[in-house]
Amino acid sequence: MSDGSKLQAALSAGQPVAGHRPWTRAVVSPALWHDLIQGLAGGTWSLLGFWGEPDAVHLALCEESSGTLGIASLACPDGQFPSVARRHPPAQRLERAIVDLFGLQASDAPDHRPWLDHGRWPLAYPLAETQGRRRELPPYAFLPVEGESLHQIPVGPVHAGIIEPGHFRFTANGEAVVRLEQRLGYVHKGIESLLRGASVERAARLIGRVSGDSTVAYALAFARAIEAATETEISDRAHWLRALMAELERLANHCGDFGAICNDAAFALMLAHCGVLREKVLRASAACFGHRLLMDCIVPGGVGADVSPEGEKALRELIAEFRRRFPPLIDLYDSTASLQDRTVSTGFVRPALIKQFGCGGVIGRAGGRAFDARRQPGYPPYDQLEFKVPVLADSDVNARVWVRIREVEQSLSLIEQLLNGLPAGPVRGALHRLEQAGEGVALVEGFRGDVLVWLRLNVDGTIARCHPRDPSWFQWPLLEAAIENNIVADFPLCNKSFNCSYSGHDL
Amino acid sequence: MRKLLLQSLLQRPLTVAAPAPSEQALAELASKVGQAARRRLGRSLAIREVDAGSCNGCELEIHALNNAFYDLERFGFHFVASPRHADVLLVTGPVTANMREGLERTYAATPDPKWVVAVGDCGRDGGVFDGSYACVGGVSAVIPVDLHIPGCPPDPMRLLQGLLALLRSA
Repeated sequence: MSDGSKLQAALSAGQPVAGHRPWTRAVVSPALWHDLIQGLAGGTWSLLGFWGEPDAVHLALCEESSGTLGIASLACPDGQFPSVARRHPPAQRLERAIVDLFGLQASDAPDHRPWLDHGRWPLAYPLAETQGRRRELPPYAFLPVEGESLHQIPVGPVHAGIIEPGHFRFTANGEAVVRLEQRLGYVHKGIESLLRGASVERAARLIGRVSGDSTVAYALAFARAIEAATETEISDRAHWLRALMAELERLANHCGDFGAICNDAAFALMLAHCGVLREKVLRASAACFGHRLLMDCIVPGGVGADVSPEGEKALRELIAEFRRRFPPLIDLYDSTASLQDRTVSTGFVRPALIKQFGCGGVIGRAGGRAFDARRQPGYPPYDQLEFKVPVLADSDVNARVWVRIREVEQSLSLIEQLLNGLPAGPVRGALHRLEQAGEGVALVEGFRGDVLVWLRLNVDGTIARCHPRDPSWFQWPLLEAAIENNIVADFPLCNKSFNCSYSGHDL
Repeated sequence: MRKLLLQSLLQRPLTVAAPAPSEQALAELASKVGQAARRRLGRSLAIREVDAGSCNGCELEIHALNNAFYDLERFGFHFVASPRHADVLLVTGPVTANMREGLERTYAATPDPKWVVAVGDCGRDGGVFDGSYACVGGVSAVIPVDLHIPGCPPDPMRLLQGLLALLRSA
């Protein structure tokens, strides 16, 4: 932050909002809004989030060079806002979602098709001040594809495996995919609507179910946002236990993904071994905190349960077992030519695209973008722990496998450090109440990438508005780019190496 | 790879002993499953999993049924890619409005005799998502359900107990 932040300077020209913590939120003029969008398009900062309210839209921005994060808000008195997607394509789906949910119009928008609204809800614009009647929507118009000898393959929403629903429209020339167009929104549950007016306890349960595989990351982001809004300090022990849970979640998911990616290259042996290791993580998690996926274990104010001596023993055994069993699996991956043949150079994403989309997580770090929310903005206790953020440049399936492998090793080391240095103290405290409404925001690193939660509290302590933003918003579009010119049969491999969330995206 | 395979041959299996079928599930099924269907299917059931709006938590635990500890296939269950090959639809989620038709069409594409198992608290009545404009609220609001396996998400043992009860009845 010492080198002077252009973002901070830009936002200070707006009207800062009192009671928003920990970053600046400023209400900006249309002219300043325009400048901020120019900054996005020019790559001065990246898009961290974009969400609506009945009468306003909010842009969360991140200036990586200076480590500045901030939020710009634009009032929409006439129900319109200037399109962000027009100049910065990564905002496109978020913008279409704002239109569907709030009925605000993005003037000059490049794509007017609805995104989350499939014409199946009983009402239109569910989060607007006044809802409309159900929208009669024409059949979804997929983008036109022209050329000789092309054929289309529609896939989903019900997929062949045990996975979430979504629709993929492939256009192929022979075996080569020339275009993939995704259509999502099938698992839209109306979570943001349920969050309005919810008590903090109920909201925490809902947030923990935005994306089940990232329940710890979401619960952590939500808890941190609540604590920011209420100026609550939690104990060191609670910080450390939260990190312990977050690393267990990362370990379980990376391990499962490693096996599943190899399985999609017809190498079932890896899935079998990784499946056993993953199960052991879940069992140790249950022994430690009482839930296999650690749902509802992080609560605003601290954590729900302390680690028992038996739980700690289970975790230490888990680490020892991983250290024994995981290296042979890495060797196996590294020395199996038939497997490498499928993963090396498959599903390449241009690093420039990764940077433009502000794509986080494994996909970003496998393509040269070193962003990790544990480092920037950073949060306790990671400033007291030693860990590396592995970054590769190849940006293919193989690189995404290797980043996961390296992150498994880092998580093992982190879990060990957390167990060794666990400070004493209470694990949960009361929230510091405020008479006035407060606003909070938090960014945390889940296994999939950075999870953003922004919220505003009412005076009575209920949730006025809460928006969780999944890392998948900036990853799904890149999958469309990754599959281009790959063969259809490599799609499962590319898709699994991304492992984007449907539920987290659809909300 | 040889070393890994050899180790696997020498070590004892990880697979846990089969749990007893859930009593509650048996009771729910007893009233629903006919004798004719039992004779037709024997002890093999093909399962088609349908996510009708889940948070993906149930899917993770359903996946775990295939790992070496639970080894679902030893009981004659196997997951299939098409509803046309399925005897059982294993449905998760509060059934979103946007997935309703997908679920109905999957059910219609599944040949008789067929069973529907609703998995998770959402599958029963919408769970935490009950009351949302975007959710229909429980699998039975859309298609007939033969068995509910509660939990958020149900762990693999609970899933196994429910499915074994189905197998005994089917």
